[in-house]
Amino acid sequence: MILVPSTLLWAAPLVFTALGGIFSERSGVVNIGLEGLMVIGAFSAIVFNLFTFDTFGNATPWIALLIAMVAGAFFSMLHAVAAITFRADHTVSGVAINLLATGLTLFLVKLIFDKGETGIISKGFSKIDIPVLKDIPVIGKIFFQNTYWTSFLAILVAIIVWYIVAKTPFGLRLRSVGEHPMAADTMGINVTKMRYYGVILSGALGGLGGGVYAQSITSNFSHSTISGQGFMALAAMIFGKWHPLGSLGAAIFFGFAQSISIIGSSLPFLKEIPNVYLLIAPYVLTILALTGFIGRADAPKASGTHYIKGSR
Amino acid sequence: MSKRVRSILTPIIAVLLGILVGTIIMLVSGYNPLAAFTALWNGAFGDIYYIGEVIRQFTPYILAGLAVAFAFRVGLFNIGVEGQFLVGWLAAVWVGVAFDLPRIIHLPLAILAAIVAGALWAFIPGLLKARFRVHEVIVTIMMNYVALHVSNYLIRNVITDHGDNSGPIHKSATLRSGWLESLTDYSRLHWGILLAILSCFIMWFLLERTTRGFELRSVGFNQHAAQYAGMNVNKNIILSMVISGAFAGLAGAMEGLGTFEYAAVKGGFSGVGFDGIAVALLGGNTALGVFFSAILFGVLKVGALNMPLEAGVPNELVDIIIALIVFFVASSYFIRVFLDRISKKEVK
Amino acid sequence: MEYVIEMLNIRKEFNGFVANDNITLQLKKGEIHALLGENGAGKSTLMNVLFGLYQPEKGEIRVKGKPVNISNPNIANDLGIGMVHQHFMLVDTFTVTENIILGREITSAGKIDIKKAEQQVREISERYGLSVDPQAKISDISVGMQQRVEILKTLYRGAEILIFDEPTAVLTPQEIKELIQIMKTLIKEGKSIILITHKLKEIMEVSDRCTVIRKGKGIGTVTVSETNPNELASLMVGREVVFKTDKKEASPKQDVLEIKDLLVKDTRGVMVVNGLNLTVRAGEIVGIAGVDGNGQSEFIEAITGLRKAESGSVKLNGKELINQTPRQITESGVGHIPQDRHKHGLVLNFPIGENMVLQTYNKKPFSKNGILNFGEIYKKAKTLISEFDVRTPSEYTLARALSGGNQQKAIIGREVDRNPDLLIAAQPTRGLDVGAIEFIHKRLIEQRDNGKGVLLVSFELDEIMNVSDRIAVIYEGRIVAVVNPKETTEQELGLLMAGSNRKEAGEGTHV
Repeated sequence: MILVPSTLLWAAPLVFTALGGIFSERSGVVNIGLEGLMVIGAFSAIVFNLFTFDTFGNATPWIALLIAMVAGAFFSMLHAVAAITFRADHTVSGVAINLLATGLTLFLVKLIFDKGETGIISKGFSKIDIPVLKDIPVIGKIFFQNTYWTSFLAILVAIIVWYIVAKTPFGLRLRSVGEHPMAADTMGINVTKMRYYGVILSGALGGLGGGVYAQSITSNFSHSTISGQGFMALAAMIFGKWHPLGSLGAAIFFGFAQSISIIGSSLPFLKEIPNVYLLIAPYVLTILALTGFIGRADAPKASGTHYIKGSR
Repeated sequence: MSKRVRSILTPIIAVLLGILVGTIIMLVSGYNPLAAFTALWNGAFGDIYYIGEVIRQFTPYILAGLAVAFAFRVGLFNIGVEGQFLVGWLAAVWVGVAFDLPRIIHLPLAILAAIVAGALWAFIPGLLKARFRVHEVIVTIMMNYVALHVSNYLIRNVITDHGDNSGPIHKSATLRSGWLESLTDYSRLHWGILLAILSCFIMWFLLERTTRGFELRSVGFNQHAAQYAGMNVNKNIILSMVISGAFAGLAGAMEGLGTFEYAAVKGGFSGVGFDGIAVALLGGNTALGVFFSAILFGVLKVGALNMPLEAGVPNELVDIIIALIVFFVASSYFIRVFLDRISKKEVK
Repeated sequence: MEYVIEMLNIRKEFNGFVANDNITLQLKKGEIHALLGENGAGKSTLMNVLFGLYQPEKGEIRVKGKPVNISNPNIANDLGIGMVHQHFMLVDTFTVTENIILGREITSAGKIDIKKAEQQVREISERYGLSVDPQAKISDISVGMQQRVEILKTLYRGAEILIFDEPTAVLTPQEIKELIQIMKTLIKEGKSIILITHKLKEIMEVSDRCTVIRKGKGIGTVTVSETNPNELASLMVGREVVFKTDKKEASPKQDVLEIKDLLVKDTRGVMVVNGLNLTVRAGEIVGIAGVDGNGQSEFIEAITGLRKAESGSVKLNGKELINQTPRQITESGVGHIPQDRHKHGLVLNFPIGENMVLQTYNKKPFSKNGILNFGEIYKKAKTLISEFDVRTPSEYTLARALSGGNQQKAIIGREVDRNPDLLIAAQPTRGLDVGAIEFIHKRLIEQRDNGKGVLLVSFELDEIMNVSDRIAVIYEGRIVAVVNPKETTEQELGLLMAGSNRKEAGEGTHV
């Protein structure tokens, strides 16, 4: 039964990226640039992996993920500076991030490797059986065999993010900045700083998502490595109503749709569904969710606005 | 410094800054900026063939830019140009392949199909925005992906039988012209450029000179006042998306009936829609601005193809410069503050 | 240490505009000190400097004699200064407790200890008599409770000095009395209060001293027991204020507007206009008096076509207008000066000339066959601009460049020029200087003298009493009384606005 591990495989990158999106958007900064951040993460992870595999051996993919997070965080600062400090329109800045990420990474690939794509990494994230848990009757075979560590990491991170956002002072302040920045300001919270944190965290998590994607699914980097996953993560975040656990659920669902669209032809009743429906399902569902047909999805109130002191 | 001067200087400064940073990137990477820019220039203007290609390249950019700009003027962000462009392309080629009619009917029909397809594809987000207040940014992005998958599906299963390419359109539906080709050393320059220029004029006239345009601009600036004044805000929102989508669909016709003369399955987006955003932004969302901005982008994109050949520089550098220009235009607040400070010094 | 707060020679600028010009304010311990000034005089700005939201360009602040630098609200809080804002600074989706502890959260092991926080909130609220529900969401509670949450926010942070910014703007006279009691309790508990207001009555009633600000400058500080409202008003505006407007007797004729049993819901689905009946005759001004939130806004929106009415009848000269579109209503002969001129009255980014044809652009001579005739448009604009004394560099200037008063004059010019049978004016003088206010009142009276019906909605009782020929009091979505301004008093109106029966208000006079 490969459906569950396959679903989680495709979902994991979406989960990380969607969680990143939550940090940014709930602080009030719209981040369309998640796609570009995944690109940066994928690129950094693969290049690092290719160059340091000899040094780090089996630990390489994990260290590469850290590098991807750092790269994503740095790159996202461009969006932060543009959108927060220079008061650029958040959406436009996000579009620029995407354009810049694809252009820059491909430029660097050509510079470093002299061709349009990188080589294949020797060690990525491959299928494993989780020790101990794999032997549990019934459940073991479905959930814990032929699966990936990164999938479970994604679930863990989602729970951690939920805890941070819902239960900690940082989370409360972050949310206040996204709902009513002036109120937060009067309570002594530095709106600009919180928004920077939100965007940088989105960069780190988006980079992580890209790094996971590249090292577990494509195993190399080219112009077509990240093609829409960032936007699908954005959709998952919205479909999940900007809630970490909701986004986890949405991402898993979208991962399910993606995995069926690929392996569906080998499964009995699923191969009757024309592929196209599975491919467009995540996008159509998000539109329906936004329209309120699947319950209202309300963005943080101050999302997309610039907070300027003295504008009373 | 008058507002008008400032609004022209700002995009120019953004372009210069983009080029500056691009130059720095080249230097850091060990490339020769001078050689690169020379190669770019040669690649765009060095040969009549190249000039033809430049014009062909910026033709859809004009239309994509108009699409984004038009929506923007009414307060809407149409990021769905990629999808509307694709469905327009597909619709035009479909008509081009499926019928065989005299050119005087076939070509306009195909173009009309593209316009209608793009308009319909944009109608949905427009309707959702007007009736349900759903933000058009996300909806249009989602619609892009739906368009991609659906058009691939249609090519594979409806237009052909599991083929990846629609096959060439009939000669009676093409925008290409033997005369234009011979003029430009067999570039793919086609008549579409005339349609694009006409569209610029249409956008300007519609927005600035008609009562409909008065309403659209009012809604764009202040929906509440527009409603108070008796205007039908929802109707205008939907109309602006529809017109925007029409421009985008027409851009698709440029590619389907002019540049390529077929439609093929695609693995990703063409980028025309996103470039359209850059074009509109740089052009200040006016028809004339979009025109000049599109020309710049056409020059950059075509010229860039020569950079790897003549200077060994990857053509992605131009994509980087374009992205930077968008950043700088979007952050133009600080450019304007800077210009303000200079003009204050002048006054003293 | 006589003064607990001293703001000495404060100067605050915004991009060249001087909001505070060398202002000095000194607060004694245990006093209620009023800060008086017209809209836009600089009162809120000064207090925002004290609260650390703005930094002054010049000047010094002393707390208990010691010079301090208040660079952000946290420092203000640490010094014991707390602010109760006019426009509540509350996060709608958070609970009462979450709003109060935001920025000063109690934690245990990194997690917010919400139970402990709720307990503390209960304790403080009981001590000061401010009843709230700690677990309620802000979006679900009343305006009065929201204000109490604002006050609790300051007390939770140990404020000794409380700044109240126009606290009574949204309260009924009864709630205002409760608030005054709360303020007196706070003083008894050792607090000191700065009260920002432009309401002379409140100052006389509750404050010890009063500092007057006019157009950014400090005019002086007076002891309230040694002055009177007229003197305060003169200091505030800088000249002898004439409280009564010159007008001759009205001679009303036939009914122009007849409203019967109007029912309108607000955005939340609550029936805020609850069976409203009203008549306006040609040649009279009817003023609607009422506290904000009793359905006035929804009522006006319903009769101008911006909001759906559930049922009822709205007849203009006998013609039924209910639930028609704004355009149909306007073209039937209704003019409207909207409450929020920036939101509803003008397209600020259009030239003022194009704003003049905002409703008429699609008619001849301004357009033909869908094409605009700019020559005619600007010709009309020029005429109206001179006729209504709109001060602007030209008719091509963008509307946003004009001052509030001139924008309002332009709107009035536009509406009056269309020759409506009924002119609706909602808060027409909000935020304007005295000169503009006089001009607008004159115009309304002029319309009435020309045989038009005028419906005036305003929160300023003075304006209602001066300008109207009849006053209709709105309370909880109904007209509860119609009185003659010459035969009533502010007290009586206040009581009616708060819902008391006419009989309680005193021997009623009939109109």
